[in-house]
Parts: sequence; structure tokens; C-alpha cells
Amino acid sequence: MLHTVNKSPFSSSSLENCLELAKSGDAILLYEDGVLGAQAGNKSESLIQSACSKFSVYALEEDLSARGIQNLISGIKTISYDGFVDLVAENKVVPWL
Amino acid sequence: MEDEEIVKKMMFLMRKAPHGAIYSYEGLEVVLITAAYDQDISMAFTDDGVFALKNGQNTEGIGIKGFIKTYSALEDYDVEKLYVDEVSLKERGLSREDLIDVNLEIISREKFTQLLDEQDVVFPF
Repeated sequence: MLHTVNKSPFSSSSLENCLELAKSGDAILLYEDGVLGAQAGNKSESLIQSACSKFSVYALEEDLSARGIQNLISGIKTISYDGFVDLVAENKVVPWL
Repeated sequence: MEDEEIVKKMMFLMRKAPHGAIYSYEGLEVVLITAAYDQDISMAFTDDGVFALKNGQNTEGIGIKGFIKTYSALEDYDVEKLYVDEVSLKERGLSREDLIDVNLEIISREKFTQLLDEQDVVFPF
């Protein structure tokens, strides 16, 4: 299963909710404002780091660049639009809007 | 009839991240428009609004025109008071070095409260 999160973890509970309900081994993709949570040293860092050991956590490169986020929490993998398409083709998708 | 100059203290309260929603961009547009009326204008960035000032933004990949450069032009419009909430920055893993090179003041919550209280009008974006 692929879970997509496009909301900032600082202004929405989408990510937290997703991490609690997703199955171990699932893929989680942060895109749009969802990538704001990927910045290293933020208050959600420990939550996201522990999520990285349970899930495959991705952040969309194009959205990271647009927001100037380069210093990522360790464990988060970056992916381009092409990779996004592959993930969607390979998995059933749960959007956390 | 004589024109009475009325100058009000106006604060633009910027609470939304750029690019994911239109608020951040629109807020900046309204600041530029309001600047034409010679008012006492300030912009205060808190919550996800602080991401608007993040350096190194390149919006090419998401196919929209960025507006980060506009912040450097604010001084020419006599908009010189940019305040950034220290706590919001820290919570997001950011510090002064992560922000663009414009004149801005990083302020405590106490100072933020004081500035907010001094305003005649607060515009939320």
C-alpha cells in the first residue's frame, strides 16, 4: 500500500494519523506541503525517524526544491515525479488529504 | 476639504507555507498594494508562514513561478518591518542561516504578543 501525505505535519494531523494506521512495510510519500516535515532538526524528527524503520518513507524532490529543503531527516528517501508514478502503478493508494 | 493623513499600524500575519496554497503569495501581493497608501506596515511570520522566507527555493520542478525574490524588493516599497517568530522557526528545524538575506528581525513570543497588541488592523494570510 502507498500512503500519500500532502499536508504540513505542523498544521495538520494527517501524517500522524497515517503513521498510526498504516501497515508495517507500507510506502509513505510526502509531497506538496507534506515535505515540510522532512527538514532535519524539526520537532517531528523522532516521530519520522521511527517511521522510517517501519515504513519506506519518500519525499518528492520537486516539492523539496520548491521549498528550499535540502537537509533531510535521515532515513527519508527522495523520489522524482517519475518515481511517484512508479509507486502509484505498483501499489494501491491511500491519500491522506 | 483638507485631506487628513491617517496612518494606521497594519500587520500582515503570515501563517501559511508557500506553494501548497495561495495565501502566502496573495499576502505578499496585498502588502505591495497597501504599501502605496503610506501606512505603517509590518509582516509577521509565524507557524508554517516562516517557510516563505526559506532560502534556496527553486520552483522550476513544480511548474510555478516563485516569488521569493519579491521579498528583497519590499524595502523599495518602504516595507521594512519583517518579524519572524523564533519558536516557529526552531520547531521546524530552521534558524537565521536558513532564511533569505533580507532585513528581518527574529523575535520572541513575548515581543510577538506585544507587536500584535499594538496594531490597529491585522490581516491574516
